[in-house]
Amino acid sequence: MDGFLERLMRKKQNSANAAKERLKLVLIHDRTDITPGQMENMKNELLQVISKYVNIDPKTVKIDMAQDGREQRLVADIPIAASSRK
Amino acid sequence: MSAKVVTITSGKGGVGKTTTTANLAVALAQQEQRVVCIDGDIGLRNLDVILGLENRIVYDLVDVIEGRCRLKQAMIRDKRLPELYLIPAAQTRDKSAVSPSDMVRLCDELRNEVDWILVDSPAGIERGFKNALAPADIVLVVTNPEISAVRDADRIVGLIEAEEKGPAKLILNRVNSSLTKRGDMISAEDVLELLAIDLIGIIPEDENVVVASNRGQPVTLSEKAKAGQAFRNIARRLLGEEVPYMNLDEKGGLFDRLSRMIKSGGD
Ligand SMILES: Nc1ncnc2c1ncn2[C@@H]1O[C@H](COP(=O)(O)OP(=O)(O)O)[C@@H](O)[C@H]1O
Ligand SMILES: [Mg+2]
Repeated sequence: MDGFLERLMRKKQNSANAAKERLKLVLIHDRTDITPGQMENMKNELLQVISKYVNIDPKTVKIDMAQDGREQRLVADIPIAASSRK
Repeated sequence: MSAKVVTITSGKGGVGKTTTTANLAVALAQQEQRVVCIDGDIGLRNLDVILGLENRIVYDLVDVIEGRCRLKQAMIRDKRLPELYLIPAAQTRDKSAVSPSDMVRLCDELRNEVDWILVDSPAGIERGFKNALAPADIVLVVTNPEISAVRDADRIVGLIEAEEKGPAKLILNRVNSSLTKRGDMISAEDVLELLAIDLIGIIPEDENVVVASNRGQPVTLSEKAKAGQAFRNIARRLLGEEVPYMNLDEKGGLFDRLSRMIKSGGD
């Protein structure tokens, strides 16, 4: 019996899994017609707007495209730093 | 009874649309269904040679549309089966010789004559694809477990939805179970998860397919070939039967899991 970690490592390395992970990203951008660069710009602009109102730490912010069946959605998790009133 | 129009498409070329059209046509005809298949790949006709009917062509699709012959005159009957016909593509014209509404009109005229109309779509997302899609009641997307084929399939599935012809059903062709087991071919489960559409069939990579096209005798005509069995299963699913997914993997495993997954997922 292979150990769990070994199996996990093999799964990480095999080319089918690499293809799947790459496809996941490519399909998101194909479906939404947003390039990775545009996505980055959108995140930055969003952060600018939000930080006008509340204190946020850009390093803790997560904004990602998620797949839900054939629908895509933007999922944002934006922790607000303490003493956020400006 | 009115025929169902099934369009077989893919986006990418060379994934097995023509092979699938020919074999589904044979499999449906073997089930006593009356079938017409239409080669929608104008300028690059191929369905005729795959079916082995190339020497019997007199008129083609464009001749019918432009009124040079009657519909019946362009329907070549396959003598190996009770009721299987081919309407070949024109070879010396281009896709603009036919419009989507021409295809709708042609299929409507055929609807009362047969049970199934199969339309073999050309590769691409342009005119030929739109022509093939326009008359469809059911759309089958063919792909291979390979990164560029899956990507193109996703694009086509989106376009089919946009044209309100969805949801398309997936045929995963050329599955190599030993490569899959080794982790060097994207699994059927992963393809389904990525594309998020329903599956209607998995066809193994099968050298009999190549032999069959060499001879112009679709692999489904032979009893034993695995690919032929897989095509017969798809035909039965089109006829509304619930057919379990066959075990392509000698040692069991993936395909058992897959069929369980599909059963639990409804449909
Ligand atoms: N399941 C299969 N096993 C082996 N070869 C296949 C299989 N399906 C298709 N092929 C081969 O792949 C090639 C492309 O198939 P074809 O049906 O012409 O694709 P398309 O119509 O999508 O361009 C052909 O040479 C065909 O024989
Ligand atoms: Mg073809």
